[in-house]
Amino acid sequence: MTTAGDAVARLVREERARVLATLIRVTGSVDLAEDATQDAVVRALETWPRDGVPANPRAWLLVTAKRQAIDHIRREGRRPDKEAAAMEPPVDEAPEEVRDDLLRLVFTCCHPFLSLDAQVALALRTLAGLSTAEVARGLLVPEATMAKRLVRAKQKIANAGIPYRVPAAEELPDRLAGVATTVYLIFNEGYDGRPALAAEAIRLGRVLAELMPDEPTVLGLLALMLLQESRRPARAGTVLLADQDRSLWDTAAIKEGVELVGVALRRTPDRPDRHVVQAAIAACHALAPSYDETNWASVVSWYDVLLTVHDTSVVRLNRAAAVAERDGAAAGLALVDAITDLDAYPWWHASRAELLNRLGDKDSARVAFDRAVAAGINASTAEHLRRRIFD
Amino acid sequence: MTTYLAMIYTPEMDWDQSKPAEMSGEYAEFNRAAAAVLRGGNALYPSTTATTVRVSGGKGGDVLTTDGPYAETKEVLTGYYVLECADLEEAVKTAAQIPAAWNGGVVEVRPIVQFS
Repeated sequence: MTTAGDAVARLVREERARVLATLIRVTGSVDLAEDATQDAVVRALETWPRDGVPANPRAWLLVTAKRQAIDHIRREGRRPDKEAAAMEPPVDEAPEEVRDDLLRLVFTCCHPFLSLDAQVALALRTLAGLSTAEVARGLLVPEATMAKRLVRAKQKIANAGIPYRVPAAEELPDRLAGVATTVYLIFNEGYDGRPALAAEAIRLGRVLAELMPDEPTVLGLLALMLLQESRRPARAGTVLLADQDRSLWDTAAIKEGVELVGVALRRTPDRPDRHVVQAAIAACHALAPSYDETNWASVVSWYDVLLTVHDTSVVRLNRAAAVAERDGAAAGLALVDAITDLDAYPWWHASRAELLNRLGDKDSARVAFDRAVAAGINASTAEHLRRRIFD
Repeated sequence: MTTYLAMIYTPEMDWDQSKPAEMSGEYAEFNRAAAAVLRGGNALYPSTTATTVRVSGGKGGDVLTTDGPYAETKEVLTGYYVLECADLEEAVKTAAQIPAAWNGGVVEVRPIVQFS
């Protein structure tokens, strides 16, 4: 494709979700809106590289998509003509209205009445604009399974009456936390081997930050993803934080992430937000010139804050690892051993192996390492750990 | 006279796919034949449109919802309400106030098919 074609494809992709969001409100049907938006996108990709990009690309796409929707309704006789006529004449939508439509779409795709699997699939399909095949590939699910999952989710929205609206102020914190969880789940899916999926999650994070620039949850989420992603080149799949070549870290992403953490903390009213605190921990690591020079005292105190809003065994394990760096392996191991419900979690055993080895108890360390492998750590990570601990 | 609830169990029925006309033949015949005793009845959308509601911590506690039908076998169907709500959020809010939902039981909310 030519450079002009690439630019058009990028532009169309950026506008696609907004056009779709408005069409869903106007037509009241996700399926119809998807078909009509897809038609408009195809037209844009055909005509724009040849005839030039219209002055207002979004308005062009919207008007074209509305006309397509009307054609669909008439052709399939899905609804009486008078309802199709109600959509005419296609008029320009006010920018605030378009922004609110995208928010409606965000909150509908990430609605807690849908399963997390369905939310992730819908977000990738409608918000990120991936094809069903791309979503299936991204999530390592057969395409037929993904198609069925999307159909069911859309049927539930339509038939069970999941509303297409932005939640009221009193519900917003909970619902926003749900949106953040869904987007972070997409990011996590891409964390190991699928950078494209992580990039989609960051792109969604940017859209959310643009839509809700004052929400700490949204800023914290974007910051957290940027800071995690900044280490990808040094991580190379398996290299642990302690052993990474920090010169490979993406400094632009770190700068943006750290600034976002600052803004998010200033906007945090009373109760700290989970994603902001996690991003603050990531920022401590990102700002440390080396592993040994990490400010472990502040890492531990951020974990203390995190435990007040998100007390899970995995957070306790991570805090224990930071305590081991601050106060020594014995103090860390005592905290790791106090966590009793992570027997199935390979990193609990791996942490024990590391700390037992530091304390000179090679035999127990080897037993713990074997347990980590048995609990399902992947082969290359296991090899990395083995060399780190025993060589 | 005693009033009865006749509960219909069949393989999953997708009303978006099968035209009401195809279904209506046999059911219309039953509706006519049993008209003297029928007091009402509805078709439900597939179980995939269901939302299961529980409230933890007693009346007014945290509302926990799950996507999908109630699948455990310990509890049995002991009653029902028909709700007319603006959307699923209102329906779930109402379902969460049903004593069973906060008494350790579960309420499954499923949309009723509107044949036009």
